[in-house]
Amino acid sequence: MAQFSLPQNSKIEVGKYYKNTTNSKNIKKINVYRWDPSTGKNPRVDTFEVDIENCGPKVLDILFKIKNEIDPSLTFRRSCAHGVCGSCAMNIDGVNTLACIKSHTDINGDLNIYPLPHLKVVKDLIGDLTTLYKQYESIQPWLKVDQTGKEKSELKQSQKDREKLDGYYECILCACCSTSCPSYWWNGDKYLGPAVLLQAYRWINDSRDGDKKERLKKVADELKLYRCHTIMNCTNSCPKGLNPAKAIGSIKKMLATS
Amino acid sequence: MFDEKNVTLVYKFIMKNNNPLSPHLQIYKWQISSLLSIAHRIVGVINFFAIALICIWSLSLLLGQNSYLSIQIFFNTVFGKFFVIAICWTFSFHILNEIRHLIWDAGYGFDLKIAKITGLLALIGSFVFTIFFYLIGRNIL
Repeated sequence: MAQFSLPQNSKIEVGKYYKNTTNSKNIKKINVYRWDPSTGKNPRVDTFEVDIENCGPKVLDILFKIKNEIDPSLTFRRSCAHGVCGSCAMNIDGVNTLACIKSHTDINGDLNIYPLPHLKVVKDLIGDLTTLYKQYESIQPWLKVDQTGKEKSELKQSQKDREKLDGYYECILCACCSTSCPSYWWNGDKYLGPAVLLQAYRWINDSRDGDKKERLKKVADELKLYRCHTIMNCTNSCPKGLNPAKAIGSIKKMLATS
Repeated sequence: MFDEKNVTLVYKFIMKNNNPLSPHLQIYKWQISSLLSIAHRIVGVINFFAIALICIWSLSLLLGQNSYLSIQIFFNTVFGKFFVIAICWTFSFHILNEIRHLIWDAGYGFDLKIAKITGLLALIGSFVFTIFFYLIGRNIL
């Protein structure tokens, strides 16, 4: 049975309040989830008053402003800042998205920032994604062909076959979708989750791959695949505008018709 | 190396450590799709009991006038009336939303916009059906 409430050591406490020291009139309150492994205390939510007038338009800009000017101990992952690497995935205003492409100007009122849901927290906004990567590994995300390499010929793909991968190859594995899925929250050990299943479909659907049947057989499992109940939180949260729910539906359809 | 047992073991190992679990249900914003999904489940459970009750009701016909009357009286109380109308809604909603699921199973309607529209249609349709059933039941239509 799934545990719907947070365990005792994860209950969120009220944290510190950082008052704005500038004279700016355009202030936004930012509530950020904090947890420091060295203190042994419960996680807390700190509130920062941030001068929005002198801040970039994205949520990541706010986080950098806090880190640079208010609290240097604030910890979060980021790399490219252009929505390509998927490092800064977090729960912003209740929905998982990338901090670097989410604009804070379209969020009214206080801004709530939490790590990706239902993960073990490493520090502050960083969640532990080890299981997701293990699951990704389990679907063998590489081209499997009968060729030995001695043939010296390319694996050709027609334009039409290539188009079948559109909407799937763009996935950056930021884990926004998987960690938005209630099914994945409750069955994260067995259910593969939207991100990994979208990837599975991407390899099943690749015309060059020679292992389609085996791949389908491997994924056809009550827990691995059919825990998807089309809740569609995944598609709602995908910052790249992809549709994991459709990919999962396509796998189910393939299994039903093959 | 890549087998499922390994994944489950890794998951269990990570879940055992003393780090806090990040908040999930507590903070995640409800979407139309997720609300309808959980409603579908709850309504399904309610329908399960409702069908059992309808079976008992029809059984009471066989058991004679007295037992039938006792249920008849219950249905004529305010709570009984509410109950009957509520069951009309749960049945309508479950059937309409199930049609959505059937369309999904056929591979259509996954587009975010279309899924939202069909969801709203199922919700609005369920109320329309309820009113429709009520009017038929009252011999108005």
